[in-house]
Amino acid sequence: MKFGKLALAAALAPALLALAPAQAAELRIGLDSEPSAIDPHYHNLGPNNEIRRHMFESLVGQDEQQRLTPLLATSWKPTSATTWQFNLRQGVTFSNGDPFTVNDFIYTACRIPNVPNSPSSFTIYTKAIEKVETPDDHTLIIHTAKPHPLLPVEIATWGILSAKVFGVTQKLTFDKEGCGITSWPKTEDFNAGKGTIGTGPYTFGEFVKGDRLVLNRNDSYWGEKAEWDTVTVKPITNAAARVAALLAGDVDFISKPPTQDLPKLEADPNVGLAQGLSNRVIYLHLDQYGPSTPGVKGTGKPDAKYEGEGPCATQPCEKNPFLDKRVRQALSKAINRDAIVAKIMGGVAVAAGELLPHGFFGTNPDSKPEAYDPEGAKKLLAEAGYPNGFELVIGTPNDRYINDAKVTQAIAQMLTRVGIKTGVNAMTKSVFFKTRNLYEFSVYLAGWGAGTGEMSSPLRALVASRDKARGLGGTNRGRYSNKALDDLVLEALATVDDAKREAILQKASRMAMEDYSILPLHFEVTSWAHRKGLTYKARADQYTLAMGIKAAN
Amino acid sequence: MLVFTIRRLMQSVIVLFVMSLIVFIGIYAVGNPVDILINPEADIAEQEATIRRLGLDRPLWSQYFSFLNSALYGDLGTSFVHNEPALELIFERLPATLEIAVGAVGLAIVIGIPAGMVAGLRPDSLIGKTIMSGSILGFSLPTFWVGLMLIMLFAVMLGWLPASGRGDTVDLFGVPVSFLTWDGLTHILLPAFNLALFKMSLVIRLSRAGTREVMLQDYVKFSRAKGLSESRVILVHVLKNILIPVVTVLGLELGNVIAFAVVTETVFAWPGIGKLLIDSIGLLDRPVVVAYLLLTVTMFILINFVVDVLYSVLDPRVRLGDMKS
Amino acid sequence: MSSPVPAPAPIPTPTDVEGETVVGEQAESPWRRFLSDFFESRIAVAGLVVFVFLILAALFAPYVTPQNPYDLMQISIMDGRLPPGTQGEMIHYWLGTDDQGRDMLSGIFYGLRTSLGVGAASTVIALFIGGAIGLIAAYFGGRVDAMIMRVADLQLSFPAILIALILVSILGQGVEKIIIALVAVQWAYYARTIRGTALVERRKEYVEAATCLALSHRRIVFRHLLPNCTPPLIVVGTVQVAHAISLEATLSFLGIGLPITEPSLGLLIKNGFDYMLSGDYWISFYPGVALLITIVSINLVGDQLRDVLNPRLKR
Repeated sequence: MKFGKLALAAALAPALLALAPAQAAELRIGLDSEPSAIDPHYHNLGPNNEIRRHMFESLVGQDEQQRLTPLLATSWKPTSATTWQFNLRQGVTFSNGDPFTVNDFIYTACRIPNVPNSPSSFTIYTKAIEKVETPDDHTLIIHTAKPHPLLPVEIATWGILSAKVFGVTQKLTFDKEGCGITSWPKTEDFNAGKGTIGTGPYTFGEFVKGDRLVLNRNDSYWGEKAEWDTVTVKPITNAAARVAALLAGDVDFISKPPTQDLPKLEADPNVGLAQGLSNRVIYLHLDQYGPSTPGVKGTGKPDAKYEGEGPCATQPCEKNPFLDKRVRQALSKAINRDAIVAKIMGGVAVAAGELLPHGFFGTNPDSKPEAYDPEGAKKLLAEAGYPNGFELVIGTPNDRYINDAKVTQAIAQMLTRVGIKTGVNAMTKSVFFKTRNLYEFSVYLAGWGAGTGEMSSPLRALVASRDKARGLGGTNRGRYSNKALDDLVLEALATVDDAKREAILQKASRMAMEDYSILPLHFEVTSWAHRKGLTYKARADQYTLAMGIKAAN
Repeated sequence: MLVFTIRRLMQSVIVLFVMSLIVFIGIYAVGNPVDILINPEADIAEQEATIRRLGLDRPLWSQYFSFLNSALYGDLGTSFVHNEPALELIFERLPATLEIAVGAVGLAIVIGIPAGMVAGLRPDSLIGKTIMSGSILGFSLPTFWVGLMLIMLFAVMLGWLPASGRGDTVDLFGVPVSFLTWDGLTHILLPAFNLALFKMSLVIRLSRAGTREVMLQDYVKFSRAKGLSESRVILVHVLKNILIPVVTVLGLELGNVIAFAVVTETVFAWPGIGKLLIDSIGLLDRPVVVAYLLLTVTMFILINFVVDVLYSVLDPRVRLGDMKS
Repeated sequence: MSSPVPAPAPIPTPTDVEGETVVGEQAESPWRRFLSDFFESRIAVAGLVVFVFLILAALFAPYVTPQNPYDLMQISIMDGRLPPGTQGEMIHYWLGTDDQGRDMLSGIFYGLRTSLGVGAASTVIALFIGGAIGLIAAYFGGRVDAMIMRVADLQLSFPAILIALILVSILGQGVEKIIIALVAVQWAYYARTIRGTALVERRKEYVEAATCLALSHRRIVFRHLLPNCTPPLIVVGTVQVAHAISLEATLSFLGIGLPITEPSLGLLIKNGFDYMLSGDYWISFYPGVALLITIVSINLVGDQLRDVLNPRLKR
């Protein structure tokens, strides 16, 4: 069989290559995920947002490193602590020829809270907007209630609809309810192409759920014209099938080939790879809430009664060892991050010492991943009163992050070696997130991608105390709580001056790391694979954008 | 007949009701779809607002009653993930599944009957024994494993056929089908074959048994005695007689094929209802899962009902009244 | 084998009458006859030999494998993905290792243990439950019978894979949950089989005689009816074990089966498939072969049993 394959590949390769230029104008992409809808404001999640960028542009763009770039706005600046001015690009038209003006921005901002049944709304990125002034058709003055440095980043997350397409021609005034408009476009209409009109480099062609999305070049695009006449995006969720589709020539480009296939793909003369560090950190959250914790055995009776949410409120649990910083540190030292990167991730990851890789806004340039030190870990455990360790179960999803359950199993091996007899409870993501949200794990593995590309994102969500009123700790299911850290995060979120904000974030990050509030493991390196003759600039936000795929010369 | 129909109808309604209740409670117990669907950047207030927006904060019984209420009007709910009526989503995907199901049954017949007849005519020959051993394999091998091997062999190693997806489609009476384009045809071949394997073994066994039985019948002996050519005896008399049981069984099996498409569609990324079901289970898209099951259950009930009625019509020994339902 | 075919109505078939032959021949040592019939087919014997070997391998896995692949102390990721025949940090790996550094040979033995265990346990439990229900239906007849058989028919008219899929996604992961799901999809086969046979047996003189002797219900059912209903149950049971193993593997493949730290054969195959294209064929290939051999050998035995125990095919 091996011979047959080689012979055939040899026979076919020139033929394929010869054909390639003729089809150069068509690009077929195999993606690991599928958007749930084409409506740009229905579902605020990665798969939808990456597709959205092809058709609907936002005022502000994000480059490969998530730095902000001009898009529909040519420039922006804070004019006071609570006002921002955006200057919109002149002469931009939607793909149907209508000119783009401030009215379209206001229409879009008003529509966002009015998407029925949205499973993840963009309102989290519009609620800071209090008032919008429009001195002329291409200038916006946006008022916020409090100083809000993240406004430009937030505006970069949502794409602009054309007001005129939906029959709105009157001048709109922004308000939080919906600008007096009563009839909004329906989500399902966008799937059929009704109103799917944006300013982006591609226009909507066709969407067949589960099978393909077809995009066409927007010939009236204001910027650099798109490379491809048509782009067909196919969802191929199974990783092996995706690679097979690339090797079989069904698609030209795939996202996220599995790490174990990379060496083989690299060696293949017909295949090229693009790789880049992502903004996604894989971490362990440790339960630091009550005196007892559900997934631990052999630590003895808890010192006090458990109160609040969680299984230990109703069932007997043993003492929570993770309240002791020495135990958290011991866990961190027991984990051989380099071995995980080398053996499980196939070298395609970077050991983490913070919640964002070096170079991102708010990181400490001198931070280092915890060194592997099993002896030190044993010593710390003994000091903390667990010379014989204890038993632990780690929760992990098995279909959410790159090699997630495999990483957890490796960690279980390592912890077992320092005396913490560890089991792995791996589950599909739906069950995992539910179980996690009921606080049934003492330790769990998960990941965080910083959508804003700065340190405030993971700090606010993962380590700041859970606080609904102040919008902190949304994903802090380890329930670490440190008032000093909360204050720093809030301060950063209200500091518009970039240099000052970065300093505060660096301090907060160092504080979170030194207290072992969370154990960062590694940053995912995202890979893309394509047939020879293409290039792609890897993106930190892990998006696959046809705009970045070029034919090599 | 009327009594029988009414009784069946009532039973079916009860079955559908119980089914929907179990699935509803079951998926509710698995988890909350918002936990997976929401952007992790959303703060606690937004998480709660989303749960309210989708009506998931209401007690289960209240959610179930509003489901029942709209189900009476033919509305089985709106997908949490796609914000489209669940039934519409399913009907959108149904043609793709029917296509491989029909393809699979077709392959099973085209390959299975001749193979079974050969095995039946020469039961002790090498080829007969090989066919029968092959049919044991067809029964035994897990569908997913065969599917993976097919992809490895034909798509990756040989590069003859595409690995996954549906390929080009053309509209036939407004329904997209892929068997009318060359590209579509190449895409359909592997999944259809994969799905057909099990049925093929079944057909081989049925036709072998049928052939062996028919060959001993007097009228075959008579035809031969009359001097009819062997090929005519086999093609006309034997084939005609084994077709009846084969077609009957395959008709019954069509529903099973559609259910088993879940596995094949997952392996081949075939955009049919099976893949939709698996994806919906993963995302806890309860309206779609419930609608899929209610639909398939209805289909099975219908098939069984038709078969029962046909039996009573065809076979006077069986009267519907006897089938205590 | 034709188990998934939902028989539309309980039509009495002519074979039921011929069932008597088996009983009638009891005088001339049915066991010897059975054995000589069974051993007539060389391929079935081969299947039996392989099957017995597999059972032994599964039973004694902890004593014969070089490693306990479920014990995290014994495996090391430093030995991950070694090709067959490599000397690792820990031991010599005859069939290579998977990504976690699990010895594939040990993994297959343990996986076999899990797969066979799940298959056997679910079959036995389903046999008991289904058998009891079927006997009750046959013995009491009337309303009880109608109701039970209606439920069984309904259950049989659904594809097993669909029911198991829904059950496991509701129940969650775990060996016991898989077993529950497999029992739930299998009991009806037994209930139906035993009822069919029992109905025929019930009409026979020896049962009437027993009833006349005023023996208790329980005694009649268990001492007289049950033994005579066993042969078809054995046939269905063997086939169903293979079926259950295959179903468990499929569920594991779909990602809703057993926990990953204690993989069955199906899970090993699924894990290994991720490495198929990267050239580490052994992670998936050997468990696949093991699964193949297991299911085929059981089916060979089952096939021959059916031929031997089915009086219709008596030559």
